[in-house]
Amino acid sequence: MTIRLEPRLTTPAWLSPALTLGAITVALVISGAIIALVGGDPVASYVHILQASFGSVGVLSDTLVKATPLILTGLACALAFRMRLWNIGAEGQFLLGAWGASAVVLFPLVPAGTPGFILIPLMMVAGMVAGGAWGLIPGVLRARLGVNEIITTLMLNYIALFWIQFWVFGSWSEGGFQQSKAFPTQAWLPRLSDFADAVPAFRGLPVHLGLIFGLIAAALLWLFLERSRFGYEIRLIGDSPRAARYAGIDIRRRLIVVFAISGALAGLAGMSEVNGSVHRLQDHISPGYGFTAIIVAYLAKFRPGRVVFAAILFGALILAGREIQPSGVPAMIQGIILFTLIVTDVLVRYRIRITRGRPAAAPAAPAAPAAPATPAAPAAGAGG
Amino acid sequence: MIDSLDPPNLDQGGAPTTPPLAVEARGIVKEFPGVLANDRVDFGLRRGEVHALLGENGAGKSTLMNILDGLYRPDAGELWVEGVPVSFGSPRDAIAAGLGMVHQHFTLVPSQTVTENILLGLDRPRFLLRERRSEAEVAALAERFGMRVDPRAPVWQLSVGEQQRVEILKMLYRGARILIMDEPTAVLAPQEADDLFATLRSMTAEGRSVVFISHKLGEVLAIADRVTVMRRGKVTAAGLPTAGATKADLARLMVGRSVLESLDRPPSSPGEVVLSVRGVSTTNDRGLAALRDVSLDVRAGEIVGIAAVAGNGQSELAEVVTGLRPCTGEILVGGEPVANRSAATVIRKGVAHVPEDRTSVGSSPNLSLTDNLIMKRYRNAPVARGWLLDDASARALADGLRERYRIVAPTVDTEVRLLSGGNLQRAILAREIETKPGLLIAVQPTRGLDVGAIESVHRLLIDMRTNGTAILLISEELDEILALADRVEVMYEGRFVGSFPASEAEIGRMGLLMTGGTETDDTASPEASAATAGRLEP
Repeated sequence: MTIRLEPRLTTPAWLSPALTLGAITVALVISGAIIALVGGDPVASYVHILQASFGSVGVLSDTLVKATPLILTGLACALAFRMRLWNIGAEGQFLLGAWGASAVVLFPLVPAGTPGFILIPLMMVAGMVAGGAWGLIPGVLRARLGVNEIITTLMLNYIALFWIQFWVFGSWSEGGFQQSKAFPTQAWLPRLSDFADAVPAFRGLPVHLGLIFGLIAAALLWLFLERSRFGYEIRLIGDSPRAARYAGIDIRRRLIVVFAISGALAGLAGMSEVNGSVHRLQDHISPGYGFTAIIVAYLAKFRPGRVVFAAILFGALILAGREIQPSGVPAMIQGIILFTLIVTDVLVRYRIRITRGRPAAAPAAPAAPAAPATPAAPAAGAGG
Repeated sequence: MIDSLDPPNLDQGGAPTTPPLAVEARGIVKEFPGVLANDRVDFGLRRGEVHALLGENGAGKSTLMNILDGLYRPDAGELWVEGVPVSFGSPRDAIAAGLGMVHQHFTLVPSQTVTENILLGLDRPRFLLRERRSEAEVAALAERFGMRVDPRAPVWQLSVGEQQRVEILKMLYRGARILIMDEPTAVLAPQEADDLFATLRSMTAEGRSVVFISHKLGEVLAIADRVTVMRRGKVTAAGLPTAGATKADLARLMVGRSVLESLDRPPSSPGEVVLSVRGVSTTNDRGLAALRDVSLDVRAGEIVGIAAVAGNGQSELAEVVTGLRPCTGEILVGGEPVANRSAATVIRKGVAHVPEDRTSVGSSPNLSLTDNLIMKRYRNAPVARGWLLDDASARALADGLRERYRIVAPTVDTEVRLLSGGNLQRAILAREIETKPGLLIAVQPTRGLDVGAIESVHRLLIDMRTNGTAILLISEELDEILALADRVEVMYEGRFVGSFPASEAEIGRMGLLMTGGTETDDTASPEASAATAGRLEP
């Protein structure tokens, strides 16, 4: 029996979403098996995860808080991945964004008592500029010197981490703790619970304005990628750089711009997290949002709209990590989902063909093994 | 079909002549969808000879050799190696029978050393590498055949010529007695080619045999003892001794007499110069000289055909004109300099380009037909609406082109990788023609298309010319150039070596110049030609 992959001639529209759902299902089954293997009850675990993330308005609100940075970092990755730029530095750009926003109130760059309607936009800009600058470094290195962006973005993550530590252990440290002083309250992003006086149902709900940032960013990115000239160029470069060059597109310039925007989106995620949730700069503000964003972007097939949903799913998993102790389980599920997604990617392009028995070979030919799958390039072979 | 490796004494019926040839192929047939690549091909390689296999691109040379190497299985026909009937399932079987092929594109691991590359894939040594010993073996083998190569050097440090030596050593180390070399000189500098020839001679002196695939006549006459010429899947001369042959004979055999299609072609009335190339030089992707100080004019309403065998600089000429390759010298389009400007600048100057590689340069395979059809127009209204794209007008444009140029695709949303070659080419032509260019660079516009498609492409080009477009047509199909061009320029090794008005262009002379011959080679005495001709059909 031989198993071969054959290129698909047509891809039905339902195939891609079906494969994504299939991949998640397979991942849950595998994870369930592992949970059972170590003596857990997979069904109970999943029910627990569901209840802990979607079971009530309160936990749903918590899930959305976790999803907010994932939406923005997921969009950052999706944009870069569209162009086949493997920006795995959203984590670092997130941290720099948080640092840039913090710098506005911690240096401070503005006088104390600056009102929120000035302070918050200022911190947004600072976060996006800092994150964008962090994205520019690998962008320029790749565009000018051809340096592999996977290596540089990965390494810059660590530098960003130590950069944050340098400040929170050093001059921004509050009384020697590894955290800054709290931001002034007018820098905090409004939360639903802030309106509890008017709408009692909002009491205790921590969903903040960052979610709106994420939704607006997703809508803008959709417009940008699917409807703009620039988005068309990015699609073209991503699919065939040589065709893009032929069409007169300056790939290097686009690459730098995409990296800067990608970094700015991740930077905005960092700003939204410190201003909306943490309210200070401290070590460990990210449980790996920038890395989870890679999976989110993959799950969403790099489409901005789907990023929102994938981010909510993964926000739930992060939240469940707090509930299920020891917390390795949700991280494992995330990893397995990414794995199955990447594997099923092949099936969008290829179909599996299983042939029973050996392909027709000369029957009395012990020295001539069955013909291997000859490279399927007859046209190329027809050359003289 | 034959069953392989029957004991020779059981199968004397079809046994080849004695003494057995190193390789004998009889009646090989191989068909690819739409192409009969080998049509009852016979081929005989004697022990200790260099046998050239000559033919144009697409003549079926590589197909035949890939069959000998076990990469393809023939649809019909028989193979013998040293008197033993064989049937190869893979190159591994071929090398076991003493037959090794060196492909044009090397298969080496850059980070590994020469010796490691040579040992790669071998069963011995079984477990532990004894590098010193293997290195000594490789060095001795290289020494024996006069190849200079350091067995310990990592492959990435080697020149192309040295890498080719490693490929040859790989085959010799595996015990190849018969070496097939697929256009070995295409990647080599002249000095490296001379070194290669010396190596090949030292191999034949030991009784090994070499098949040398080429389309350069000078080379074939210099290195080969005999030559087999193929044209359109058939052998036109089998085992012709090179001693009595002239370049002119070979060129005629290779290019053949053409049956010109009758195209309704109104007389041209060339206008002013649209493209002017002045003293342009450039290098190819490997850094070797590709264009050497070439100059050329193309006028409005004129088709200038560039006739050249692949790899003689014509692709690079198209690239420097369209802004895809840097160069030295001057290029003017409509009187304005475009050399070393961006491709976008050249497009804005009204230059359209049908590129040689239609699947990865001329189109973006996973994008829709619409996306591919707006590639040259998305910057301008009505497709562009400010910084946005107007989806509706893009689709309207695509629908219009699909209709008018009869592009067969289910919808304009179909990804173009699903289109047939002819339809894809029509889509590219539609896109380029509809930009209403002042200058069109068309490279191999009909390669791989069927007869009907070729004719429709030719009509489109003639119509454009009649409407005043200057066209630079680059093609390896001499028939096509003769059918379309008002003027023919022949290119060889990066230079223009001959220029003919359409009325005086003659396929034999062009073929000769294209393959490195000179006009004087054509003046062989009638008797000599007749004598050679007599030997063509044994």
